[in-house]
Amino acid sequence: MIDVVFQLMIFFMLTFNIIAPEGDFDVRMPLGKSSAEPPDDLQLPPIQVRLAADDEGTLAGISMNGEPVLDFGDLRQRVASFVDVALESGASLEDVELEIDCDYELNYINIIDAITAVSGRLEDGQLIEMVKKISFVPLQRQP
Amino acid sequence: MTPMIDVTFQLITFFMFVLNFSEAEQDERIQLPSSQLAKPAEGVVEAPITMQLTADGGVLYAGEIIPVDEIGGSLQRERDIIVAADKDPKRATVIVRADGRANAGDVQRVIQICQELGFQQFALRALYKPD
Repeated sequence: MIDVVFQLMIFFMLTFNIIAPEGDFDVRMPLGKSSAEPPDDLQLPPIQVRLAADDEGTLAGISMNGEPVLDFGDLRQRVASFVDVALESGASLEDVELEIDCDYELNYINIIDAITAVSGRLEDGQLIEMVKKISFVPLQRQP
Repeated sequence: MTPMIDVTFQLITFFMFVLNFSEAEQDERIQLPSSQLAKPAEGVVEAPITMQLTADGGVLYAGEIIPVDEIGGSLQRERDIIVAADKDPKRATVIVRADGRANAGDVQRVIQICQELGFQQFALRALYKPD
Protein backbone atom coordinates (compact mmCIF):
# COMPACT_ATOMS: atom_id res chain seq x y z
CA MET A 1 0.00 0.00 0.00
CA ILE A 2 2.77 2.38 0.99
CA ASP A 3 4.55 1.56 -2.26
CA VAL A 4 1.54 2.66 -4.20
CA VAL A 5 1.30 5.92 -2.28
CA PHE A 6 4.95 6.66 -2.95
CA GLN A 7 4.55 5.81 -6.57
CA LEU A 8 1.60 8.16 -6.75
CA MET A 9 3.63 10.91 -5.11
CA ILE A 10 6.49 10.48 -7.57
CA PHE A 11 4.03 10.44 -10.41
CA PHE A 12 2.42 13.72 -9.39
CA MET A 13 5.72 15.39 -8.62
CA LEU A 14 6.88 14.63 -12.12
CA THR A 15 3.66 15.76 -13.77
CA PHE A 16 3.80 19.15 -12.10
CA ASN A 17 7.35 19.56 -13.22
CA ILE A 18 6.67 19.55 -16.93
CA ILE A 19 8.69 22.08 -18.86
CA ALA A 20 6.61 24.90 -20.30
CA PRO A 21 5.87 24.20 -23.96
CA GLU A 22 7.61 26.31 -26.55
CA GLY A 23 5.76 28.50 -28.97
CA ASP A 24 6.67 30.58 -31.97
CA PHE A 25 6.06 34.04 -33.30
CA ASP A 26 6.01 33.69 -37.02
CA VAL A 27 7.55 36.64 -38.74
CA ARG A 28 7.91 37.02 -42.48
CA MET A 29 10.81 39.23 -43.38
CA PRO A 30 11.95 39.34 -46.97
CA LEU A 31 15.18 41.16 -47.65
CA GLY A 32 15.32 44.72 -48.84
CA LYS A 33 11.99 46.06 -47.75
CA SER A 34 11.99 48.93 -45.37
CA SER A 35 10.22 52.16 -44.65
CA ALA A 36 12.63 53.90 -47.03
CA GLU A 37 10.42 52.66 -49.83
CA PRO A 38 7.68 55.12 -50.69
CA PRO A 39 4.39 53.63 -49.48
CA ASP A 40 1.58 53.00 -51.92
CA ASP A 41 -1.49 55.14 -51.67
CA LEU A 42 -3.47 52.28 -50.22
CA GLN A 43 -0.82 51.29 -47.77
CA LEU A 44 -0.87 52.51 -44.22
CA PRO A 45 2.37 53.91 -42.90
CA PRO A 46 3.96 51.36 -40.58
CA ILE A 47 3.77 51.87 -36.84
CA GLN A 48 7.22 52.71 -35.61
CA VAL A 49 8.11 51.30 -32.25
CA ARG A 50 11.39 52.39 -30.80
CA LEU A 51 12.97 50.55 -27.90
CA ALA A 52 15.85 52.31 -26.22
CA ALA A 53 18.34 50.54 -24.00
CA ASP A 54 20.91 51.64 -21.46
CA ASP A 55 24.46 50.31 -21.41
CA GLU A 56 23.41 47.22 -19.48
CA GLY A 57 20.84 46.26 -22.06
CA THR A 58 17.82 46.95 -19.88
CA LEU A 59 14.92 48.74 -21.41
CA ALA A 60 15.26 52.49 -20.96
CA GLY A 61 12.29 53.78 -22.93
CA ILE A 62 9.60 52.90 -25.42
CA SER A 63 8.09 55.17 -27.99
CA MET A 64 5.50 54.64 -30.67
CA ASN A 65 5.50 56.88 -33.72
CA GLY A 66 7.66 59.31 -31.79
CA GLU A 67 5.42 59.55 -28.74
CA PRO A 68 6.72 58.20 -25.45
CA VAL A 69 4.94 55.13 -24.13
CA LEU A 70 4.86 54.17 -20.46
CA ASP A 71 5.18 50.40 -20.65
CA PHE A 72 4.22 47.42 -22.77
CA GLY A 73 0.63 47.53 -21.45
CA ASP A 74 0.33 51.12 -22.64
CA LEU A 75 1.91 50.14 -25.97
CA ARG A 76 -0.66 47.36 -26.36
CA GLN A 77 -3.53 49.82 -25.80
CA ARG A 78 -2.14 52.33 -28.27
CA VAL A 79 -1.58 49.68 -30.91
CA ALA A 80 -5.09 48.32 -30.23
CA SER A 81 -6.68 51.72 -30.83
CA PHE A 82 -4.52 52.23 -33.94
CA VAL A 83 -5.66 48.86 -35.28
CA ASP A 84 -9.30 49.64 -34.47
CA VAL A 85 -9.12 52.91 -36.37
CA ALA A 86 -7.46 51.15 -39.30
CA LEU A 87 -10.12 48.43 -39.35
CA GLU A 88 -12.92 50.99 -39.24
CA SER A 89 -11.46 52.78 -42.22
CA GLY A 90 -11.74 49.59 -44.24
CA ALA A 91 -8.21 48.27 -44.01
CA SER A 92 -7.61 44.66 -43.04
CA LEU A 93 -5.26 43.33 -40.41
CA GLU A 94 -2.84 42.35 -43.15
CA ASP A 95 -2.34 46.02 -44.02
CA VAL A 96 -1.14 47.03 -40.60
CA GLU A 97 2.62 46.93 -40.38
CA LEU A 98 4.88 47.54 -37.49
CA GLU A 99 8.58 48.24 -37.39
CA ILE A 100 10.71 47.64 -34.36
CA ASP A 101 13.74 49.82 -34.00
CA CYS A 102 15.91 48.87 -31.07
CA ASP A 103 19.32 49.59 -29.65
CA TYR A 104 22.00 47.00 -30.26
CA GLU A 105 22.57 46.17 -26.60
CA LEU A 106 18.91 45.72 -25.74
CA ASN A 107 18.14 42.37 -24.12
CA TYR A 108 16.25 40.13 -26.50
CA ILE A 109 13.55 39.43 -23.91
CA ASN A 110 12.28 42.97 -24.47
CA ILE A 111 11.81 42.25 -28.16
CA ILE A 112 9.65 39.24 -27.29
CA ASP A 113 7.72 41.37 -24.79
CA ALA A 114 7.18 44.04 -27.44
CA ILE A 115 6.03 41.50 -30.02
CA THR A 116 3.73 39.95 -27.42
CA ALA A 117 2.29 43.39 -26.69
CA VAL A 118 1.56 44.26 -30.30
CA SER A 119 0.62 40.94 -31.84
CA GLY A 120 -2.53 40.36 -29.87
CA ARG A 121 -4.52 40.86 -26.72
CA LEU A 122 -6.47 38.53 -24.53
CA GLU A 123 -10.03 39.45 -23.70
CA ASP A 124 -11.95 36.98 -21.54
CA GLY A 125 -9.50 34.31 -22.52
CA GLN A 126 -10.06 34.97 -26.20
CA LEU A 127 -7.11 35.98 -28.30
CA ILE A 128 -7.75 39.00 -30.48
CA GLU A 129 -5.10 39.30 -33.13
CA MET A 130 -3.61 42.67 -33.83
CA VAL A 131 -0.49 43.33 -35.83
CA LYS A 132 0.65 40.44 -38.01
CA LYS A 133 3.38 42.07 -40.04
CA ILE A 134 6.35 42.84 -37.90
CA SER A 135 9.76 43.80 -39.16
CA PHE A 136 12.98 45.17 -37.79
CA VAL A 137 14.58 48.42 -38.80
CA PRO A 138 17.99 47.51 -40.25
CA LEU A 139 20.85 48.01 -37.83
CA GLN A 140 22.50 51.35 -38.10
CA ARG A 141 25.33 50.79 -35.76
CA GLN A 142 27.71 47.94 -35.19
CA PRO A 143 28.95 47.29 -31.66
CA MET B 1 -2.38 -6.58 -7.43
CA THR B 2 0.08 -4.18 -5.82
CA PRO B 3 3.08 -5.26 -7.94
CA MET B 4 0.91 -4.76 -11.00
CA ILE B 5 0.10 -1.18 -10.02
CA ASP B 6 3.74 -0.53 -9.19
CA VAL B 7 4.85 -1.66 -12.58
CA THR B 8 2.20 0.43 -14.28
CA PHE B 9 3.24 3.57 -12.45
CA GLN B 10 6.87 2.88 -13.18
CA LEU B 11 6.00 2.64 -16.82
CA ILE B 12 4.05 5.89 -16.78
CA THR B 13 6.93 7.61 -15.01
CA PHE B 14 9.38 6.26 -17.52
CA PHE B 15 7.39 7.47 -20.48
CA MET B 16 6.93 10.90 -18.98
CA PHE B 17 10.66 11.23 -18.57
CA VAL B 18 11.28 10.15 -22.09
CA LEU B 19 8.71 12.60 -23.45
CA ASN B 20 10.16 15.53 -21.56
CA PHE B 21 13.69 14.91 -22.70
CA SER B 22 12.93 14.38 -26.35
CA GLU B 23 11.26 17.79 -26.47
CA ALA B 24 12.87 19.57 -29.47
CA GLU B 25 16.45 20.72 -29.36
CA GLN B 26 16.40 22.01 -25.86
CA ASP B 27 19.65 23.15 -24.45
CA GLU B 28 20.14 24.40 -20.93
CA ARG B 29 22.65 26.95 -22.17
CA ILE B 30 19.76 28.92 -23.60
CA GLN B 31 17.04 30.40 -21.43
CA LEU B 32 14.22 31.36 -23.70
CA PRO B 33 12.15 34.42 -22.89
CA SER B 34 8.55 33.62 -22.04
CA SER B 35 5.40 35.02 -23.52
CA GLN B 36 1.69 34.39 -23.14
CA LEU B 37 1.03 34.64 -26.86
CA ALA B 38 3.67 32.32 -28.28
CA LYS B 39 1.75 29.87 -30.44
CA PRO B 40 2.84 26.26 -30.20
CA ALA B 41 3.85 25.20 -33.70
CA GLU B 42 0.98 23.79 -35.72
CA GLY B 43 1.89 20.68 -37.63
CA VAL B 44 5.31 20.10 -39.06
CA VAL B 45 7.48 23.06 -39.91
CA GLU B 46 8.80 22.84 -43.44
CA ALA B 47 12.58 22.52 -43.67
CA PRO B 48 13.36 24.00 -40.28
CA ILE B 49 16.75 25.42 -39.47
CA THR B 50 17.33 26.20 -35.83
CA MET B 51 19.59 29.07 -34.89
CA GLN B 52 20.32 29.09 -31.20
CA LEU B 53 21.76 32.24 -29.74
CA THR B 54 23.43 32.23 -26.34
CA ALA B 55 23.40 35.12 -23.87
CA ASP B 56 26.93 36.21 -24.77
CA GLY B 57 26.28 36.47 -28.48
CA GLY B 58 27.43 33.14 -29.87
CA VAL B 59 25.48 30.80 -32.09
CA LEU B 60 25.14 27.18 -31.00
CA TYR B 61 25.50 25.15 -34.13
CA ALA B 62 26.25 21.43 -34.28
CA GLY B 63 27.25 21.42 -30.65
CA GLU B 64 29.75 24.24 -30.98
CA ILE B 65 29.55 27.93 -30.21
CA ILE B 66 30.35 30.03 -33.25
CA PRO B 67 30.58 33.84 -33.30
CA VAL B 68 27.63 35.47 -35.06
CA ASP B 69 29.77 36.82 -37.91
CA GLU B 70 31.00 33.37 -38.86
CA ILE B 71 27.73 31.55 -39.26
CA GLY B 72 27.46 32.43 -42.95
CA GLY B 73 29.38 29.31 -44.01
CA SER B 74 27.29 26.84 -42.04
CA LEU B 75 24.10 28.56 -43.16
CA GLN B 76 25.25 28.36 -46.75
CA ARG B 77 25.63 24.61 -46.29
CA GLU B 78 22.15 24.35 -44.81
CA ARG B 79 20.86 26.28 -47.78
CA ASP B 80 22.64 23.95 -50.20
CA ILE B 81 21.05 20.98 -48.47
CA ILE B 82 17.62 22.54 -48.77
CA VAL B 83 18.15 23.37 -52.43
CA ALA B 84 19.50 19.85 -53.08
CA ALA B 85 16.32 18.44 -51.53
CA ASP B 86 14.34 20.41 -54.11
CA LYS B 87 12.90 22.85 -51.65
CA ASP B 88 12.76 26.59 -51.83
CA PRO B 89 14.80 28.50 -49.22
CA LYS B 90 12.05 31.13 -49.32
CA ARG B 91 9.67 28.64 -47.77
CA ALA B 92 12.07 27.20 -45.26
CA THR B 93 11.60 28.37 -41.71
CA VAL B 94 14.46 29.62 -39.61
CA ILE B 95 13.65 28.99 -35.97
CA VAL B 96 15.37 31.54 -33.79
CA ARG B 97 15.91 30.30 -30.26
CA ALA B 98 17.64 33.16 -28.58
CA ASP B 99 18.41 33.58 -24.92
CA GLY B 100 16.41 36.33 -23.24
CA ARG B 101 19.62 38.08 -22.26
CA ALA B 102 21.17 38.06 -25.72
CA ASN B 103 21.64 41.38 -27.49
CA ALA B 104 18.73 42.26 -29.74
CA GLY B 105 21.32 43.46 -32.24
CA ASP B 106 22.91 40.02 -32.45
CA VAL B 107 19.52 38.46 -33.12
CA GLN B 108 18.98 41.00 -35.86
CA ARG B 109 22.34 40.21 -37.37
CA VAL B 110 21.55 36.51 -37.43
CA ILE B 111 18.25 37.31 -39.15
CA GLN B 112 20.02 39.62 -41.58
CA ILE B 113 22.56 36.95 -42.55
CA CYS B 114 19.71 34.51 -43.11
CA GLN B 115 17.87 37.06 -45.24
CA GLU B 116 20.92 37.60 -47.40
CA LEU B 117 20.90 33.86 -48.12
CA GLY B 118 17.30 34.03 -49.23
CA PHE B 119 15.43 32.90 -46.14
CA GLN B 120 12.21 34.74 -45.45
CA GLN B 121 10.26 32.85 -42.83
CA PHE B 122 11.34 33.28 -39.28
CA ALA B 123 9.90 31.87 -36.11
CA LEU B 124 10.98 33.60 -32.94
CA ARG B 125 10.71 31.00 -30.26
CA ALA B 126 9.59 31.66 -26.70
CA LEU B 127 8.29 29.68 -23.79
CA TYR B 128 4.53 29.65 -23.61
CA LYS B 129 3.37 30.84 -20.20
CA PRO B 130 -0.32 31.57 -19.91
CA ASP B 131 -1.02 34.43 -17.43
